[in-house]
Amino acid sequence: MERWVCTICGYVYDPKKGDSDNGVAPNTKFEDVPEDWVCPVCGAPKEQFSKE
Amino acid sequence: MPVVEIKKNIYWVGVVDWNLHNFHGYSLAPKGTTYNAFLVLDDKITLFDTVPEKFKLDLYHQIQQLIKITDINYIVVNHVEPDHSGALPFIIEKSQPEKVFCSTMGQKALLSHYHQENWPLEVVTNNDKLSLGKKTVLFMETRMLHWPDSMFSFIPEDKLLISNDAFGQNIASSFRFDDEVNLDELLFEAKHYYANIILPYSALVQKTLAEVAKQGWDIDMIAPDHGFIWRSHVKEILAAYQEFSLQKLKPKAVIVYDSMWQSTEKMAKAIAEGLQKENVSVRLMSLKTYHHSDVMGEVMDAAAVICGSPTHNNGILPLMADFLTYMKGLKPTNRIGAAFGSFGWSGEAPKIIASILEQAKFELPVEPIKVKHVPTHEDLKKCKEMGETLAKAIKQKVN
Repeated sequence: MERWVCTICGYVYDPKKGDSDNGVAPNTKFEDVPEDWVCPVCGAPKEQFSKE
Repeated sequence: MPVVEIKKNIYWVGVVDWNLHNFHGYSLAPKGTTYNAFLVLDDKITLFDTVPEKFKLDLYHQIQQLIKITDINYIVVNHVEPDHSGALPFIIEKSQPEKVFCSTMGQKALLSHYHQENWPLEVVTNNDKLSLGKKTVLFMETRMLHWPDSMFSFIPEDKLLISNDAFGQNIASSFRFDDEVNLDELLFEAKHYYANIILPYSALVQKTLAEVAKQGWDIDMIAPDHGFIWRSHVKEILAAYQEFSLQKLKPKAVIVYDSMWQSTEKMAKAIAEGLQKENVSVRLMSLKTYHHSDVMGEVMDAAAVICGSPTHNNGILPLMADFLTYMKGLKPTNRIGAAFGSFGWSGEAPKIIASILEQAKFELPVEPIKVKHVPTHEDLKKCKEMGETLAKAIKQKVN
């Protein structure tokens, strides 16, 4: 599973960890993260992420 | 304000904004502030950061006391927010520098602020070294501390960290250094600044402090872009940032409220009594008296934020809506919350507050309390009990 980086603030989405504070379970592929999810650091939308 | 040599051939050339009271329109700064800029005299004369546009002539004059402005070779932009880059177009036009250094996001932000494609921008990133002659500049990107473009510049020969907004404080003064004022006052203002500007990025502060340690930067002076320069209390401000970013909490509750006919205020006082009985320290703050930024200064080390508003037109009073929106954005973590308020006929306010606190990820160990019109002795007893229950939850969390 690929890690994705927020191009605004550098936050790395690690699919192994997910983002449990915001309802994304561990082992969730970035593609499967809900479309309304935003970067937990800077609030940027999903389309601002690129593959690491 | 005279220029001050802070290290051999490095000068503070900033300006003091004595009359500022409101910082960027969201945080009060009753003591004013400073916009610090630094001029390094070396083979390549380099200006670090500038000041707001309205102070551009003051900065020009400061620089001219040391050199001719056309002598500037390089400009480093550590942060693009207009209080540090507002004078940049004017300074670039006057000085015609060879290069303007900024981070990747800094380049984007400079272009979208000033729309000048012809500026000689050069992007620097982590581990880049820039030689000025005898002195060197090392860069570290500090994205979201507190803008995407933010970066640190470190001059190892002088053990000087130019830290943009991190470690800043809003105080206007004729003194420049941390040992020329009362340290407690300085740390209080640093905390107020952190609470209102840096708090949402606490996890990144942790990362940045770790990165600075990993790089092995030997720092004996930290020069932020606002307020005093740290030279005698570098350890203390670094320790304070550790503590702030870990959000270490005290057995303390902030009771923040608004009231129309003092019924909600009576409830606030009764809840405070319950907390006091259990030896939890309490800070009562009416939003008619205290600005949301001052409340946040107190929330910084408080384990609980207890919010009260009467029901007004089926909702909460506007000052409480303002405060809750502001606090939610600053993302304090690991806090206990509670809601209370009086009402006339419908009584929605405490539930609305509780739901906003829940969205902001507060733990709510007690049900919201509402009281019709004016509280009875029995109602106030219930409020006291609420305070006692909250005190127990607070002590459990803090210990």
